[in-house]
Amino acid sequence: MESVVFIFSLIDCCALIFLSVYFIITLSDLECDYINARSCCSKLNKWVVPELIGHTIVTVLMLISLHWFIFLLNLPVATWNIYRFIMVPSGNMGVFDPTEIHNRGQLKSHMKEAMIKLGFHLLCFFMYLYSMILALIND
Amino acid sequence: MSAPAGTSPRSAAAPARPPPCQNGPVQNQMQFPSGYGLHLENYSAPSGHYPQVPREAIPMQLDNQYGADYHPTCYSVPVQGVMTPSVGPSMLNTQQLYSRAPHPVESAGGLLQGGISSTSHLHTSTPQSYSALRSHYSSSANSSVASQGFPLYSGHYGMPAASSAVYPNLSYPSVSVGSPYGQVFTSQSLPAVGQFEETNAFSDQSTTVPHTLQQQVPLRYNSTSWSTSDFQSAQDNFSRNHTGSPARASNKINTVGIVGSSHPVSQTVQFTKPGVETSVVSSVVTSSVRTPAADHLNEPASVPSVTQPPESLLQEAIDSSSTTSSASPVLNNYDALEGGGYPETNSSTSSPAPTPQVSRTPKPFGYGYPTLQPGYQNAAPPTSAMQPSNPGHHTGFQQYPQYPGVNQLSSTLGGLSLQQPQQPESLRPVNLTQDRNILPGSPVLAPVPNLNSDLKKLNCSPDSFRCTLTNIPQTQALLNKAKLPLGLLLHPFRDLTQLPVITSSTIVRCRSCRTYINPFVSFIDQRRWKCNLCYRVNDVPEEFMYNPLTRSYGEPHKRPEVQNSTVEFIASSDYMLRPPQPAVYLFVLDVSHNAVEAGYLTIVCQSLLENLDKLPGDSRTRIGFITFDSTVQFYNLQEGLSQPQMLIVSDIDDVFLPTPDSLLVNLHESKELIKDLLSALPNMFTNTRETHSALGPALQAAFKLMSPTGGRVSVFQSQLPSLGAGLLHSREDPNQRSSTKVVQHLGPATDFYKKLALDCSGQQTAVDLFLLSSQYSDLASLACISKYSAGCIYYYPSFHHSHNPAQAEKLQKDLKRYLTRKIGFEAVMRIRCTKGLSIHTFHGNFFVRSTDLLSLANVNPDAGFAVQMSIEESLTDMSLVCFQTALLYTSSKGERRIRVHTLCLPVVTSLADVYAGADVQAALCLLANMAVDRSVSSSLSDARDALVNAVVDSLSAYMSTASNLQQSTLIAPNSLRLFPLYVLALLKQKAFRTGTSTRLDDRVYAMCQIKSQPLVHLMKMIHPNLYRIDRLTDEGAIHVNDRVVPQPPLQKLSAEKLTRDGAFLMDCGSIFYIWIGKSCDNSFIKDVLGYPNYASVPQKLTQLPELDTLSSERARSFISWLRDSRPLNPVLQVVKDESPAKMDFFQHLIEDRTEAAFSYYEFLLHIQQQI
Repeated sequence: MESVVFIFSLIDCCALIFLSVYFIITLSDLECDYINARSCCSKLNKWVVPELIGHTIVTVLMLISLHWFIFLLNLPVATWNIYRFIMVPSGNMGVFDPTEIHNRGQLKSHMKEAMIKLGFHLLCFFMYLYSMILALIND
Repeated sequence: MSAPAGTSPRSAAAPARPPPCQNGPVQNQMQFPSGYGLHLENYSAPSGHYPQVPREAIPMQLDNQYGADYHPTCYSVPVQGVMTPSVGPSMLNTQQLYSRAPHPVESAGGLLQGGISSTSHLHTSTPQSYSALRSHYSSSANSSVASQGFPLYSGHYGMPAASSAVYPNLSYPSVSVGSPYGQVFTSQSLPAVGQFEETNAFSDQSTTVPHTLQQQVPLRYNSTSWSTSDFQSAQDNFSRNHTGSPARASNKINTVGIVGSSHPVSQTVQFTKPGVETSVVSSVVTSSVRTPAADHLNEPASVPSVTQPPESLLQEAIDSSSTTSSASPVLNNYDALEGGGYPETNSSTSSPAPTPQVSRTPKPFGYGYPTLQPGYQNAAPPTSAMQPSNPGHHTGFQQYPQYPGVNQLSSTLGGLSLQQPQQPESLRPVNLTQDRNILPGSPVLAPVPNLNSDLKKLNCSPDSFRCTLTNIPQTQALLNKAKLPLGLLLHPFRDLTQLPVITSSTIVRCRSCRTYINPFVSFIDQRRWKCNLCYRVNDVPEEFMYNPLTRSYGEPHKRPEVQNSTVEFIASSDYMLRPPQPAVYLFVLDVSHNAVEAGYLTIVCQSLLENLDKLPGDSRTRIGFITFDSTVQFYNLQEGLSQPQMLIVSDIDDVFLPTPDSLLVNLHESKELIKDLLSALPNMFTNTRETHSALGPALQAAFKLMSPTGGRVSVFQSQLPSLGAGLLHSREDPNQRSSTKVVQHLGPATDFYKKLALDCSGQQTAVDLFLLSSQYSDLASLACISKYSAGCIYYYPSFHHSHNPAQAEKLQKDLKRYLTRKIGFEAVMRIRCTKGLSIHTFHGNFFVRSTDLLSLANVNPDAGFAVQMSIEESLTDMSLVCFQTALLYTSSKGERRIRVHTLCLPVVTSLADVYAGADVQAALCLLANMAVDRSVSSSLSDARDALVNAVVDSLSAYMSTASNLQQSTLIAPNSLRLFPLYVLALLKQKAFRTGTSTRLDDRVYAMCQIKSQPLVHLMKMIHPNLYRIDRLTDEGAIHVNDRVVPQPPLQKLSAEKLTRDGAFLMDCGSIFYIWIGKSCDNSFIKDVLGYPNYASVPQKLTQLPELDTLSSERARSFISWLRDSRPLNPVLQVVKDESPAKMDFFQHLIEDRTEAAFSYYEFLLHIQQQI
């Protein structure tokens, strides 16, 4: 059972890593002027909810399977994702707003955020991998 | 007009020139010849220092001087041998005077503008002294005071006063009148400056150049036989110059003709100067190089194409000097130099010299920098309008024509006065709590960047381009310390009376950063220029070598692009993604019951009918109409129809276009139908019962209609949209209007309008919103449609055609301006700045498409923009930074044009200098923009706190730098003395005020205005101007178009200034109030208002009658002068002391206390407490 949890987490984590990389690539494309803000933001906004769901599922899964340490590790990031999603002003077009993204260094902070998430997901990836192997051996 | 002006002094000077060569120096150059003479006599023994001299002296001088071409040659000088000294002495002399100069000053902290500029002066004058030396030097020595000559001189050295004593005599008004940064430009234009990096310019100078140097130089001078050769060539040039005079005059006329938009010649001419200097210098150098070959006689002949250049140069020299008051002495010097030097310019290109320069380019500006510093500190800052130029210079100037003997003495005195450590005016500490009359009587002018006079003249007008700090701090740390915002305020599409328009097949731009060539680039040689933003060296294209202004070849630095900081290019097809679009106008009119009741349709249709022929456009201009209530109505205006056809689309959930074409029709072909429609429209809906408004669907339809072409959509809306997509609900709680705590709903309620605006922007369509409503209409949401599509927003609260005639009149006048003003389609704007600076936030109505590209579907002359910047990399090696705005647009005539503005500012290292250069108005406007963002993204109270903190932080930062001030008082530098007052005014502005009842829409509209108004208009909105107008006199009046416009002094905005027996005019930008006191002089009421007494003046008076009395004439001419200065016609409202409208007037008296806000004095105390 435990191994199934971790196998699922691992797959989910892989998806999240890919998503983070995608975010970084798209944002840097915008930074380098390869795409315009409008298309960049509509691309990214599409993936904000899947990312949120993907991460929340893992977090909840960890809570259910009583892996407290991993749950607590995931909790701040999951909270941040949800907070960010909820706090979008009513007039904005999503977490990434094309009219705001070039202002007040938002692009940079989005970039930083994506980088941090990538690092975090990589860390989780190895943790799940280790846990999965451990679980498989135990089984 | 200016052409004759330019020629006449020249012709006068022409005959006079030969003498000046010999005698001319007497006044101006007195010391030189005499000094030289003495040197010659005294130090006849040749010394072994020869090789040493050029190495030490020349480099230093070079740093201060022109440069590029200069350097290598100078360096090569020792190698070249015999001729070297010819360059050497002149420079040396300069240099040594110079080296002395900064010293006493620096130590004394006094001022010395002449110091820096003197180098160039001296240099300029050298040829003259040569000539004097050669033929007449003994006589000139006698004639001058310098019978005492050198001893006296050296006596000066000992005294600290020496610096100033020397300058006035030598200073060269036409070159750099009172310019503290005499060398700035040149140093900037020296790409090769880096060559001499090892010998540090300024600091070393003082130590390495003892007086003895001066003595040595003349020796070499004598020993080498340079004078013959060099002089000869100089003479040749002179003669040529004289002959060239008539040709030159004709050139001039050509200049005007070609520029097209009567750009004044004088301006062009002044601008040319820097370029001239460089070339001159190079030529001087080359001559010395070549002379060893002893072919100096051939030189003039060998360069036939050169004959023209000296002429134009001369012309410049003359013109520029004619602009200053002292023409002739200056002129002589300059000519001498020009004449002597120029012809060899071409040969300089062939010399191997340039090559090393290029390789040495990395630190182009670094060198100039040290020179700046002392000059800057000592300079009386031009920032203050009160102190027109530096005193040091003045003394020299005035005493100038005096008898030579007196000259020295008085200049010594002048020097003494200079001795006193003088702080720049803008840094003078002002005790805010004690200074009750902080507001100056005349309008506050933009501070002038502390550049040398050449750059100042070239620099962009502050009306179009302003920076909050006219001295850019060197590092982000320094900027953080100053606690002032750094940003630019732009008004790029401003209506200009004169604008050089350039048609050329290639537009010269930097290859790496795409900067347009501008006056602040440096020409390394004739074939290469160095970008002033990224420092890349670019080639000058072949076409650029030909100057259409002078019709001469080989003068890239005299092209209009390089002479004007604001130019417009006619772009080629490279700048088009599609063929230029026609002017397309679509009017979307609300015809619901509410709108018909308000009666705006009549006014709009009437204005359109009147201005139909004045709509900007060409034969392709297209126009269309859509009306909407709960359905959307289209009008088929196809040519050939007998009358306009109305097509109603009632499916508002999925709006479609009833016919693909013939909804937007050619204005000229269907003019009759359009006129029919416009006259019929106001009456078509008179009996409508439809109260709903389907704005969203109408906008979607408009977008569909416009997307093939792009253009302008003008939306007239009178209520909250209540149907279909984009419907809104009332969010305002009237009870919260005067809340001091939370103001909600400043942001949009839905993203519908934003999305649609971005779609429009993508299709080059801008939506302008006219909101004419009496109730809450959620402008915060509606405004998005204009904000992001680069439109503009007009708001007429409680509009009614008969109940509110003032608003009706305003709409009519605004529409007139709106319909007829210039318009640019499918525009993009890019703001570039020198490497190291980066723009991180943009304010205004547009969509930021990529990091620095603003997409403007339409651009209008009344739109202002602001950007915030940060300093990413330290600007250590630079003395100047530049900003360039390029606006690419399609004119209404279907031409693709690029308007380029370039602004150049100095970099400073000390905090005091940063404060000295602060532009308080620009800073305030930028802060206002930031505060709007903050109140939308965070909350209004946050924004208010941030504003107060901005004042507190900057003043406390200033007070901590000036440690000698008493900490108990509130001190501000003079440049920031109005900062607290303006911030208080901003806090009491509709956008940010709390406590006073403010409707949400009013507040949001004020915020929209802050974001999109240019600085001049915004300042009036924030801090109105108050004048007393019942006693207008002609004192200080100005003349505009044959009218005498009185200039009453500004009054501070406080009720204490209002007297009951007076009448006051308050200019709030979009509205004028005339307040009449209870016991106002009856003669004023009778003569100006046309009523017998105070009691008979009606409550609602909106214009002044045209009475045939002097006071009426004065008042009217003053008011119309104020009106003319702004694009939108302000409404005039006469306010009697007891009328209810009085409150509107009194709320603008921002220095007074209100129940919810501080008075100015209380605010100061509050700030002091916080500090």
